[in-house]
Formats: sequence, structure tokens, C-alpha cells
Amino acid sequence: MKALRMTSSSTGKTFPIASAGQKIRRVWQLYVLMSLPFLYLIVFKYVPMYGALIAFKDFVVTRGIWGSEWVGLKHFERFVHSYEFVKVIKNTLVLNFYNLAAGFSFPILLALSLNYIRVRWFKKTVQMITYAPHFISTVVMVGLMFELLDPRNGLINNILQAFGFGTVDFMGNPDYFKSIYVWSNIWQSAGFNCIIFLAALSSIDPSLHEAAVMDGASQRQRVWHIDLPGILPVAVILLILNMGYMLDVGYEKVLLMQNPLNLRTSEVIDTYVYKVGLVSQAMNYSYSAAIGLFKSIIGFILIITVNQIAKKANQASLW
Amino acid sequence: MEYVRMKQPAGDRMFTISNYTLLTVFFLIILYPLIFVLSASVSDPSAVVSGKVWLWPVKPNLMGYEAVFKHKLIGSGFLNSFYYTAFGTAINVVMTLLAAYPLSRKDFYGKNAIMFLFVFTTMFSGGLIPGYLLVKDLNMLNTVWAMVLPGALSVWNVIITRTYFQTAIPPEMLEAAQMDGCNDFKYVWKIIIPLAGPILAVITLFYAVGHWNQFFSALIFLDKQNMYPLQIILRDILIQNDVSALMLSDIQDAARREALRVLLKYSLIVVSTLPLMLLYPFVQKHFVKGVMIGSLKG
Repeated sequence: MKALRMTSSSTGKTFPIASAGQKIRRVWQLYVLMSLPFLYLIVFKYVPMYGALIAFKDFVVTRGIWGSEWVGLKHFERFVHSYEFVKVIKNTLVLNFYNLAAGFSFPILLALSLNYIRVRWFKKTVQMITYAPHFISTVVMVGLMFELLDPRNGLINNILQAFGFGTVDFMGNPDYFKSIYVWSNIWQSAGFNCIIFLAALSSIDPSLHEAAVMDGASQRQRVWHIDLPGILPVAVILLILNMGYMLDVGYEKVLLMQNPLNLRTSEVIDTYVYKVGLVSQAMNYSYSAAIGLFKSIIGFILIITVNQIAKKANQASLW
Repeated sequence: MEYVRMKQPAGDRMFTISNYTLLTVFFLIILYPLIFVLSASVSDPSAVVSGKVWLWPVKPNLMGYEAVFKHKLIGSGFLNSFYYTAFGTAINVVMTLLAAYPLSRKDFYGKNAIMFLFVFTTMFSGGLIPGYLLVKDLNMLNTVWAMVLPGALSVWNVIITRTYFQTAIPPEMLEAAQMDGCNDFKYVWKIIIPLAGPILAVITLFYAVGHWNQFFSALIFLDKQNMYPLQIILRDILIQNDVSALMLSDIQDAARREALRVLLKYSLIVVSTLPLMLLYPFVQKHFVKGVMIGSLKG
């Protein structure tokens, strides 16, 4: 058996006695193919990780990353004790949890609903139109929101006035910022994000539904006892992914939506890093890098933790 | 399914009715702003600002579009965006194929270690500032390289492509080719690439849409106006309300200028989004496919 395997082919783990050197030599061309992507990975992904060392230094451009003076956790302490800290952290967490809670459940509801539509043209039309806003760029999306929510001549305020309400300065009121951010995301992406759940629903064994109908189950019961359990594994994987990368999403849109009036609720870690490091007059690379690193570390811990919990709960896990 | 509909119990009829109703409401909420923008963009400027446009265009005309096409920054923005998108996507696709194929091979020694190096970068990154300093140190600020190299590869797309190679191309093919003395380079060129059509379509689309809609790299890496992609121009006009960029100063009447400014924004939203929207029905199935392949645990 063993001898057979040794001679069978070069695809599987078929040469148990070959040394590492032999294994490498046999596929040397694959390493040549991989060399460019590998170089990219080192230069554009791992060198910046080394560059993040400036968070522990007082970085001076002329002295370089290594030559600058070590200052330990000075910049981290400054950030934690700064006036902005609580505000920025709170905004980041609240905005992302809100976005995840609403943005995650809505596509599932939409998919469940579409799944029970039997009129084909209606289903096709709804899908076509609801997927479309996904292709609007962030800049245009925010521009569109500004136009529609404009207090003087925006559509939404025109509607409010037509129904006898007063006008609302949506973008100028910090209390509205998070809801506008989250619900405009849903408007833009719920349709597209439901594709994956529709796929999961269509892979549910139809005989389950047939049997349930025979037993007199109502549609509501079928949704609850067949459809939801059916898409649960996919939902759990997506939830893990979304939670793990929670801190990364959407800062471009936040940045575009910001104005001096709503900064109290709209400043998040990423936009703050951008402003401290690249926009402000007193540019401070080290301080800004420290805040960025702070976020990267929290995000990393988040991913690992969420995945561990998922593993413990014996559901799906990412690795 | 027919008999189910025939003897639907009362509860199910309620379910069906409310389902159709809710879905219609949601559909209209998505559709209405889209139609409104389209209508506003071809309406009379004063009708737009005074809120007379509700659903259909009022006194249709193409003034807004005229202003858009006369604007020289918008033209150069379009050209720059095309350039960055085409060049960047070409690099992306080649790099993704180069990375994905070796990772799909079982006998690629060190595969797991390299895969770990890839995946780790999705979980942890050096952050914005070190990334910016790197591009600066490489003297790539204000060059096209800053727009295409830092994001030359997306790990997610590598994973999707690798999964595709593993599942869609039978390993017997490789054995047969090797039997005939085909080496790995030749195999990739003659077998893998011709068979990779569907996945190439998917990742090309993902990358191209990403480049077309990208504005943040341009914001931090470019400060020459003649290099700005469309999205930066759009941001100046739509969001920062940069009146000088609007070049409407030849109109004397302030109210009229204000009205035309609003109209131009609607037209601009349509013009900048139209290319993707027109493409969209044709590519929709590829996007759907991409989402599906991506959902396979790999």
C-alpha cells in the first residue's frame, strides 16, 4: 500500500520519505510564481507592521524609524488620558454595534421574505432594484444623502413639510448621525447582502417543506422551524466575520459624513488617526500611529475572541 | 407548489399578503430616491430647489448635464479614474492568480505557512500612518504607483480564487499534464488560465469596482489636481460644496446660480454612477457567483 502511494503521483502527500529539500525542488516553479505576491506581502503589509514601531518612539523623519528615540508607552498613555479618548472609543463601539445589529438582521429578513415570493417577475424586479444601490460609490452615496436631507431644498424635508411637519437639519444634529449612517447603509446594501442568505435558503432540502406542509404547518412555522435553522450556519460564519472586522468598516463614509456640527458623535478611531497624523497642523506621526496600533490590537483580540467563542459553542469557526 | 396555494389556510393568506406588502414598501423605499434623482437631474433648476419635483421631471431639459460636461475637472477625473482602474485591476488580477495557484496545490511545500502570512494581514495591520510613511519613503507620493501598488492584492480574493482552483479544476488534469512532461509554468499558462474564466470575471469585477469607487488613497497620496480621480472631484463638489470647482461664476443672478448648483449635483450623481449601473445587469450574475464562491469555507 505504502509503496503504491509513493509511486502514484506528485499531487498528494505521496512521497512520505522525501526530504524538505526534495519537496521544494520538485515544485520550484510554484515558488517562482509566488515570489511577486510574497514580495508584495512583505513590502506593503509586513514592513508597515515594523513601521508601527514608531508608536513606541518619538519619530523624527530625518532619523528614520530605527534611529528615533524609544519612549515606551508615552503615546499610548497620552491617548488614554486625552480628552478625546472616551468619546472616540465610545463612538467607534456604538456605531459599529448599531451597524452590525441592524445591518446584519435586515438582509436575513429580506431573504426570508423574498424566499416566499412565488410571482417570478415580482421577485426578479425586487432583486434587481434592491441590489443596484450597492454599486453607488461611498462619495456619491454621501453626496446623495446630503442632497436629499438638505434642510432647505432636500426631498425628505419637502416631504416632511408636505405633511405639515417642520424642517429638520439632519446632518447638523449630532443625535441623528449614527442612525443616518446605519440606515443609509441598509438602504444601500441590504439587497446585495441578502444574496448569500437566498443561496443558503435555496439549498435547503425541499422535502422538508413538503413534509411540513403535509403535516399542516403554516408558512410562519416553516420559516421558524425550517428556514431559520437552515441558514443558521451561514449566518454564524458571517456574524463572526463581521464582528471580527467590526472596527474596520466604514470609516471612509464616516469621514465624508463628518462636519463640525456632528463631530461629537461622528469621530471614530480611524478618522481621528487620519486627522492627527495627516491633516492637523501639528502633525504627529508617532502619536497617530500609536492610536492606530491601539485599534489594530483591539481588533485582533476581538477576532481571536469571537472565533474562540464560536468554537466553544460548537458552531462553525473560521479556522 | 400549486396545490399549496389552492388550499392556503387563513393564516398563510395573511402571511402572504403582509409579505408582499412589506416587500413592496421596501422596494419603493429603494426605488423612489433613485427615480427622484434621475428626474431632478433633468428638471428645471428652479423647480428642483423649490421642491416642485416629486416623481417625474418638471420642464425637462439638459442644463445640468451641459454644466457637467463643460466642467474640465470632471472630464480629467473620468480619464484618471479609467486609467487607475484599468492599470490597477490588471495588476490585481495577475497578482491574485500568481498567489492563488500555488496555494491551491497540495504539494506546495510551505503552503500553510505562506497562507498564514496572508491571512494574518487581514487580522492585523500596521495602520494608516506606517502605510503612508512607507509610500512616502518609496517616493511614490503623487505617482500612479501610490494608487495601484499598496492594494495590489486582496487576500479575500486570493482565497476565493484558490478555493475555485481547488474545487473546479480536477487534480487528474495536473497528473495527466505532468505525465506528458508539462511543467508548472506551462500548466498555469495552458490549462489554469484558460479554465479560470469564471473566477477571473468575478475578481476583475470586484477589483474594478473597488478602484472606481476608491477615494481615500487619492486623498492621502495625491495632491495634484490633474491627477485626481473622479471620486475626489465628486467629493469636492458634492460634499465639500466647493463653489470654485463648480465654475458657475459667469452666472450673475445668485438665486439662479444656487439653483443650477443643486441641479448640477443631481446630474453629476447620475453621470458618475451610470457607467456601473449600465454594466450592472450584465455583471450581476458574476457578482452573485463571487459571493457564493466566497461563502465556501476555504
